[in-house]
Amino acid sequence: MTTTLTINGTRHSVDLPDDLPLLWVLRDEIGLTGTKYGCGVAACGACTVHIDGEAVRSCQVALSDVWGDVTTIEGHGTPDALSALQQAWIDHQVAQCGYCQSGQIMQAAALLAQAPSPTDAEIDEAMQGNLCRCGTYPRIRAAIHSAAKAMEG
Amino acid sequence: MSRIGKIARRTFLIGSAAVVGGVAIGAWYVSRPAPNPLTPQEGEASLNAFVVIDGNGVTLVAPRAEMGQGVRTTWAALLAEELDVNWEDIKVIHGPAAAAYYNSAMMASALPGIEYRKSEFTRNLGEALGVIGKVFEMQITGGSTAMRDGYERMRATGAAAREMLKEAAAKRLDVKARDLRTEGGAVIAPDGTRLTYSELAADAAAQDPRDVALRDPSQWRYLGKSLPRVDIVEKSTGTATFGIDVRVEGMKFAALKVSPRRGAMNGFDASAARTMPGVEQIVDVGDGVAVVASNTWLAMQALEAITFDWGPAPYPATTDAIFAPIAAALGAEPTATPRDDGDASTVPDGATVVEADYSAPYLAHATMEPMNATALIDADGLTIWAGNQGPTILRDRCAEVAGLDADQVTVHTTYMGGGFGRRGEVDFGQYATRVAMALPGVPVQLTWSREEDMTHDFYRPGTMARMRGAVKNGTAVMLDAQVASPSPSQQALKRWMGFAPGGPDNVITEGLANQPYAIPNYRCRNHQADVAVPIGFWRSVGNSHNGFYMESFMDEMAHAAGADPLDFRLDLARREWAPAAGVLQAVKDMSGWTGQTPDGTGRGVAMCYAFGTPVATVIEVQDEGGAIRIAKAWMACDPGIALDPSIIEAQMFGGLVYGLSAAMSEEITFDNGIAQQENFPDYEALRIHQMPQVEVRILETLPHISGVGEPGTPGAAPALANALFDLTGKRARQLPLNKMFDFI
Ligand code: FES
Ligand code: FES
Repeated sequence: MTTTLTINGTRHSVDLPDDLPLLWVLRDEIGLTGTKYGCGVAACGACTVHIDGEAVRSCQVALSDVWGDVTTIEGHGTPDALSALQQAWIDHQVAQCGYCQSGQIMQAAALLAQAPSPTDAEIDEAMQGNLCRCGTYPRIRAAIHSAAKAMEG
Repeated sequence: MSRIGKIARRTFLIGSAAVVGGVAIGAWYVSRPAPNPLTPQEGEASLNAFVVIDGNGVTLVAPRAEMGQGVRTTWAALLAEELDVNWEDIKVIHGPAAAAYYNSAMMASALPGIEYRKSEFTRNLGEALGVIGKVFEMQITGGSTAMRDGYERMRATGAAAREMLKEAAAKRLDVKARDLRTEGGAVIAPDGTRLTYSELAADAAAQDPRDVALRDPSQWRYLGKSLPRVDIVEKSTGTATFGIDVRVEGMKFAALKVSPRRGAMNGFDASAARTMPGVEQIVDVGDGVAVVASNTWLAMQALEAITFDWGPAPYPATTDAIFAPIAAALGAEPTATPRDDGDASTVPDGATVVEADYSAPYLAHATMEPMNATALIDADGLTIWAGNQGPTILRDRCAEVAGLDADQVTVHTTYMGGGFGRRGEVDFGQYATRVAMALPGVPVQLTWSREEDMTHDFYRPGTMARMRGAVKNGTAVMLDAQVASPSPSQQALKRWMGFAPGGPDNVITEGLANQPYAIPNYRCRNHQADVAVPIGFWRSVGNSHNGFYMESFMDEMAHAAGADPLDFRLDLARREWAPAAGVLQAVKDMSGWTGQTPDGTGRGVAMCYAFGTPVATVIEVQDEGGAIRIAKAWMACDPGIALDPSIIEAQMFGGLVYGLSAAMSEEITFDNGIAQQENFPDYEALRIHQMPQVEVRILETLPHISGVGEPGTPGAAPALANALFDLTGKRARQLPLNKMFDFI
């Protein structure tokens, strides 16, 4: 069945099974590999993207259920046009292996849209679904705080 | 190799070669340079294992894979420091698998003896003996060796290249080389004339590489400072290519299911799977099946529709039955006694005896990126794309599977979404090779589901320890440690080389036999057990469990001696090895340790010496209405020279998180021969809301540089267990700790 999706502002028509998770549409069909597979069961957050601005686990959203415009890490910012959040991620040298970081940044972006200057408790609440096996958490926290400041000012 | 020069103060050799439009230069430890691994390609002047200078500037061919520890950044800085080129102008690429990239430092660590006791002479000898690494063609990222390996070689390479460029400029300008200076990628004449390295590169190839003294650290511009990592933009924008992100023209996607009992596949029925959406081919890989499809998820779905008849496991079926031979080994004759100071079989007069048995479970690596590899078989041979920690071994073992010569195999090493020892294995590449063999001319990406990854790991082995000690006058006077474990080295070497050397496996006792405490009667015995559960190297290896045994027991002895646990250690370390005392004193100061904690708060300390680096850790826990929060951690390490403090700090708290995750809740158990944990819900790792505030201090008193990637891990479990004892009075002697305690 043909489904039309808007991803990072571009319309894509795909002819794929309805139950194919958005994650695998992005990665294996559209070629947007910035969104990662980590667990497939909503337990790691590596696959986090936005649908209409809301952070969702793309491994859990069937193609036919995609209810709005999709934004992935590639649409959030690019090496030439970094978002304030990405700049903070760079300033704080957050990434180690880097594999979880697309999901972390997309989750953090949704948090900042809701809570422009989040407390530590709000960060814990919003970010605890995003695993980082390298343990970059202290710098994630610091980067969110400084992005919040930068976006305010 | 056009010519060879010698750097006299070390066993280095500098080799150089002319390449199209430039010069290639590198340093080796051995008496003959290893064959040059890069083949020059049309219009591209890349010939050398280490640095190529040509019309395009300076390219560092990094022999090390990047798995998160910032290797590429620091190696570029090492080179820039002597070459006088702006650090950020160095292009860094991974070299192909090649003999020239042997890993000398790892082999040097294999020298017998307790490392902190080695003289500088033995240490240098060890580095010279690094040549053994070449015999095995080992090119391994692991063992926290990257900086030890690169520290001298990269600087020597940069210095030699700089002098060759100056010679070339001197000839061209008809001035004396010593009157020239270098800056920002150019040679500058006294009259201000500027010749860029690119312009000089071709002439430089005609100069002899010479012995050049390295700069004093006081002159360093980059080293010792925190630099922005070269990979940081890619990794913050989703543009870094991990193995799973490789996209090759015409590529298919595949998923894998092999025997969950790690044994044979007697048969399978794929009739229902064949007609499922996207399915293109079903491939029998021997002990399992791969489905090739148009999409990874469709391949995974089709696998679920296949019924399998799995053979039995080559090891006992349950956790208890697996631990039985380990327990038996502990009661049997030791395989080796790697430390035997004084007399640990007699309790000194008037001393109080302390005894305890400990154990720790099997553990999975659970790298964030599941295992995967992309393979293509065509007329040129086999091409593999994979994040891996050992490309030469991967190449050789995949060549074997494909029935090809090693030189018909090309390995492209991508970024790794975590290694932790898991990506030193070759299984992911071998399975991808088997699938590619079934589809000649078609590149196939084989991705393991998380479930496949977790149930087919080479686990950290389950181990047991029997500790006996004696205390008197507030200090330890005897320690007799026994540890039983299957041998990860023998299993891994068998997979890597096809044979396993005999003899005791020293990783079983590391972290227990070699701790820098002045205990006059100190024995450690290795009881090797024979259990066929697949095991391998897990971040910090033997130290990961022995750190828990040693440092929990040190706490038990301190309490029995009526001493403060930190001062007890400090005194024993001071009398044995100053750097160990240094890190303990540092965490004492940082944490404001008084030995007293208010109600509802507990503190624990641990000091572990691993991979040449002493690390002390203090952890503070708080009781929050019955649930325990790990509130704070202080860490101090002494890696000798802090090349990049920001990266060292990240490795320290990252290592701590890896160790805390395991200590709190990770465990692989077996039933019916099958690992019971399949995914993160059953194998919980520490999350941001559980993360303590961490403060890291880096000391630089060691006379040599040592590793930082692993030493942060071993202290996590004992510091936490000791803090829990302080809080609750309950002594945990088994991991994970969530069996006894509720964590937030
Ligand atoms: S892959 Fe979706 S949450 Fe882990
Ligand atoms: S940076 Fe490696 S998993 Fe987060």
